[in-house]
Order: sequence, then structure tokens, then C-alpha cells
Amino acid sequence: MTAMIEIRGVRHAYQTADGPLQVLDGLELTVDEGGFVAVVGPSGCGKSTLTRLIAGLMKPDAGEMLLHGRPVQGPRSTVGMAFQNPVLLEWRTILQNVMLPLEIVPAKTPRRQQEERARYLLSLVGLDGFEDKRPSELSGGMRQRASLCRALVHQPEVLILDEPFGALDAFTREDLWQTMHRVKENEPFTGVLITHDLRESIFLANQVVVLSGRPARTQYVLDVPATGPRDLEHLYTAEASEMLTVLRHQIEVAQGRAPAEDTATPAPPPGSAAQGMQ
Amino acid sequence: MAYVPVPVTKPRGVAMARSKAVGKALVSRSVMAPLAAIVVFVVLWELLVQANGWPDYVMASPSDLPPAYARYWDLFLVMGWQTLWRTVVGLVLAVVVGVALGMIMGFSRLMRDALYPLLVGFNAIPKATVVPIVALMFVGAHDFNTILIAFMISFFPIAVSISIGLSTLEPEYRDILRALGASQSTIFWKIALPKTLPEFFGAMKVAVTLAFIGTNLMEIVSPHGRGLGALFDSGKTNSDYPLMFAVLIALAVLGILLYYVVVALEKIFAGWAERTPT
Ligand SMILES: Nc1ncnc2c1ncn2[C@@H]1O[C@H](COP(=O)(O)OP(=O)(O)OP(=O)(O)O)[C@@H](O)[C@H]1O
Ligand SMILES: [Mg+2]
Repeated sequence: MTAMIEIRGVRHAYQTADGPLQVLDGLELTVDEGGFVAVVGPSGCGKSTLTRLIAGLMKPDAGEMLLHGRPVQGPRSTVGMAFQNPVLLEWRTILQNVMLPLEIVPAKTPRRQQEERARYLLSLVGLDGFEDKRPSELSGGMRQRASLCRALVHQPEVLILDEPFGALDAFTREDLWQTMHRVKENEPFTGVLITHDLRESIFLANQVVVLSGRPARTQYVLDVPATGPRDLEHLYTAEASEMLTVLRHQIEVAQGRAPAEDTATPAPPPGSAAQGMQ
Repeated sequence: MAYVPVPVTKPRGVAMARSKAVGKALVSRSVMAPLAAIVVFVVLWELLVQANGWPDYVMASPSDLPPAYARYWDLFLVMGWQTLWRTVVGLVLAVVVGVALGMIMGFSRLMRDALYPLLVGFNAIPKATVVPIVALMFVGAHDFNTILIAFMISFFPIAVSISIGLSTLEPEYRDILRALGASQSTIFWKIALPKTLPEFFGAMKVAVTLAFIGTNLMEIVSPHGRGLGALFDSGKTNSDYPLMFAVLIALAVLGILLYYVVVALEKIFAGWAERTPT
């Protein structure tokens, strides 16, 4: 399988009033084509910074960022983004909002087909019938669904999700996890999901990357064996609870609340579920 | 190309039939209530003057007004038109310059820091002191003087509202388009400008009243002036109290007219920002 996203030794610092703030320091991340990676880490460690680098909105100070084997020079139309804040434009209908990227990206298909695709995506996330509504008429979960459609409408190679379900209540969030699986089954994107919900990370992704506290490095990588749509019950299996325990411990290490030597277990044999980095 | 928001013509989320009935009730209330208030006001005014037996050189009563209008009707039309068009031209200038300044300050932190104190200081100067200076500087150039004052007095709120609207735009709004490679001007036309329209119209409601005051100040102060202000001044010179009061009423009518034109434009272009009360 070829790598869609390759990040090697990336460093990034923000220039602030109190001098440079090192945010990323030697970050490593590889996402295979069609893969779905969840990134977790302490608050403020640099996860959103990472998404902005992948999207080409900023340049790293050092290190290599490759998308489809080519270095990221700047923004590209092959990326789709969705955030915790759905940022829908209130003066447009839902359909017009979803079609917004098509006004920027050079058209690949005729207009009628574009609209059909937008409508198809809306029905995929369960928003059929809401095409002509305004964002203010939708609930928070519905707005987030629409925002997801907008991120996908131009058929991006890479979908970047920065805590998209973070502001939703637990039931709506779980509902959207199922929607996300349905979308992933039907759309061929490679995904990067930033989240602070460990259950979400193992439920949606096929790999979970734990970042250390600021400045962020890749601290731990966990492979999730299960693939494809699954029931929520899956989160209550022994396998899932084992993964959650490992991840929770890694987060505590990243936050500096647990000693790091626990992670220095001998490298697990290849093919096992968990593997420590460095 | 600018994206012109589609006007919201129907109240949202209400069944059509009911919304029509509600709309009718609201219209009749919003027309009848102010009319009733005006009638009560006029009757009280008349009664006050009658009860005290004031002659018309102390206080004009409403019954003095129709004769005054009848005598000077042609003058009212000519002068009213002069006041109106000069106010509107001054206001249009204020919009052009105010929006330009607002954009400069909204997009560049440096320019905001540099220009803001200057603008605040300029705005703090009471315009009543500037009026005689301008009147003397460009003596005889009535139209120019008047438009200049109307402009100077009204561009500030517009510049401030645009700059605040642009500089407080959440970064995610920018990012969804920037990540696709959209240019700054595309982001401005598609997102930043429509998003600041509600604030812009809020400022316009202030600016239109200010411009009107500016026009009248200049008309009253400048010698051999034009417009309703000059008519007021001639009434003052001749101790023609009914004429002075008639001018005041005419000014009020024009002021209301201008204000509601702005309200109508707001409904058309920023109606989406209005939430139906629940
Ligand atoms: N534009 C900026 N200028 C200066 N510092 C910034 C800027 N953006 C972020 N930072 C700082 O960089 C650090 C990492 O920010 P980032 O938003 O990437 O964190 P995060 O991991 O996404 O946090 P959270 O989980 O709370 O969303 C934070 O300490 C933040 O204060
Ligand atoms: Mg973040």
C-alpha cells in the first residue's frame, strides 16, 4: 500500500510576543492511502497546528511533509477540512453551503453532476430534505453533517477532521460515528481525525497516534484491528477495553501525570496490536 | 464576482397560512401603532399651545403648519431635494471611503494600530466646530461644503464596523476556502463581506442620521446656503416661527424616510441575520 501522507521530523514554532513557542518537535506520521488515522494528545500540544501544516496553510520550520509523494508547497484543492465549529455560511442554503468548494476548485464535472453529488452526500449523511434550509434551522449535529458534506464534495484525496464531533452531546456523537463509517465505506478518501475522545479514535480509525505534550512528538502508535462499520457494542469488548487502557495510560504519560518508563516495554513483535515508538 | 445573498422573504419555520395571518397582524400593528403615536403627539402639542394661549412667535402649533407649507410649497420641494441629494451623496462617499478604510484596518494589524488612534481623534472633534471652518475655506461652494461635512461626520462608524467585522472573522471561515487555494479577494467577496453585512447595516443606521445632521448644520451655518437648513435660517431671520416648525417637521419626515431606506436595504441584503422570535 502506498503512503498518502508522510510526515518526517517536522518541527514548527509560533512567533509570539514572549518569543518563539515550539509546538511540534520531530513529529512522525504516515497514513496509507485509504487509511484513517486518529491523532490524540493533551490539549494545546499542537494537533490543530498539525492539521494546518498538512493542509498547506502553514509551512513547517524543518522536516518533510509529503502528500502523495510530493512535498506540500501550499494549499491544494485535493484536501477537505472540517472543524469543531461547522462554520456554515448563514446566508446560504445547506445545498449552497455544501457546494461552496466547487466555486473555488476548477470544475471536473458539469454543474448538474456537481449538484447531484452534493445531494447524494447530503442523503448519505441523512440530511435529505434539508437541502433548501438555512443553517440556523438545523441542529448542531445536522450542521456538522452538512459541514462534513462540504469537506467531501470536491472529492478530496485527504480529509482532515479537527475534533468535528467535539461540541456534540454523547448520543449525537455516537450517531455521527455510524454516519462516518457509512461515508468512509462510500468515499475513497484518506482520513486524519483529531480527537480527544479515545473511544471515538478506536471506533473510527484503523490507527491511533498519541502525541506527547508540547512540543509534540509522536509518542505512541496503536493499530486497531477491526475494520469497517460496526456496532457500538464493539467498544465494550475485551479487545477494545484493552486498547483504551493502553491509550489512556499513554495520554497520562503525555500529560506528565504518569512516569514514562512504563512505555519502555520491549518492542512488541511485528504484527501485534500495539507498538511503541522510539 | 460578488455573491449577493438571496433575500429571505418568508418567515422561517412557520406554516404558510399562519405566517400570512401573523404577517398581516404585524404589518397593521407596525403601521397603526406609530400612526396613533403621531396623532396623539400632534393633538397634545395643539392642546398645549391653545391652553397656554401662546402666540405663534413664541411657539407654533400644528394648525399653523398647513398655511406655512401652502405658502412655501415650491421652496420646500426644491430645498428638500437639495438636502436629500447632498445627504445621499455624502453618505455614499462615506460608504466608499469607510469600507475601504475598514478593509485596510480589518486585514492588516499594522494599519489598524497605525490608523485607529488617528480616526478616533478625528471623530472626537465636534463637527459643529468644523462646519464654520469648512464653510469659510470653500466659501460659495455650497454643494461641495455640504457633501464634505455629511461625509466627514458619517464615515467613522462604517469604517469601524467593517474593520471589526473583518478582524473578528473566525479563522476557520478563512481556512475552509484558503485550504482549497482560494485568493484573499475570493475569501473577501464570498465570506468576509457578506458576514459583516449585519454590522455594516447597523453602522449605516447611525451613519445616515449623522450625515443628515451634517448636511443641515452646513446649510444653516453657511451664508446664502441652500437646502432645508437655509430655509430654516431664513425663517429664523424673519421670525417666522410657523416656517421654522414646518421645516423641522419636513426634516423629521426626510430623516425617517432615509432611515427606513437603510432598513429596507438591510432586509434585502442581510435579512438572513434576522432570527424569527420564538
Ligand atoms: N497562531 C498562533 N500563534 C501563536 N501561538 C499559537 C497559534 N496557534 C496556536 N498556538 C499555540 O500553539 C499551541 C498548540 O496549538 P494547537 O491549536 O495546535 O493545539 P491543539 O493540540 O489543537 O489543542 P486543542 O486540543 O486544545 O485543540 C498552543 O499552545 C497554542 O497556544
Ligand atoms: Mg485544536
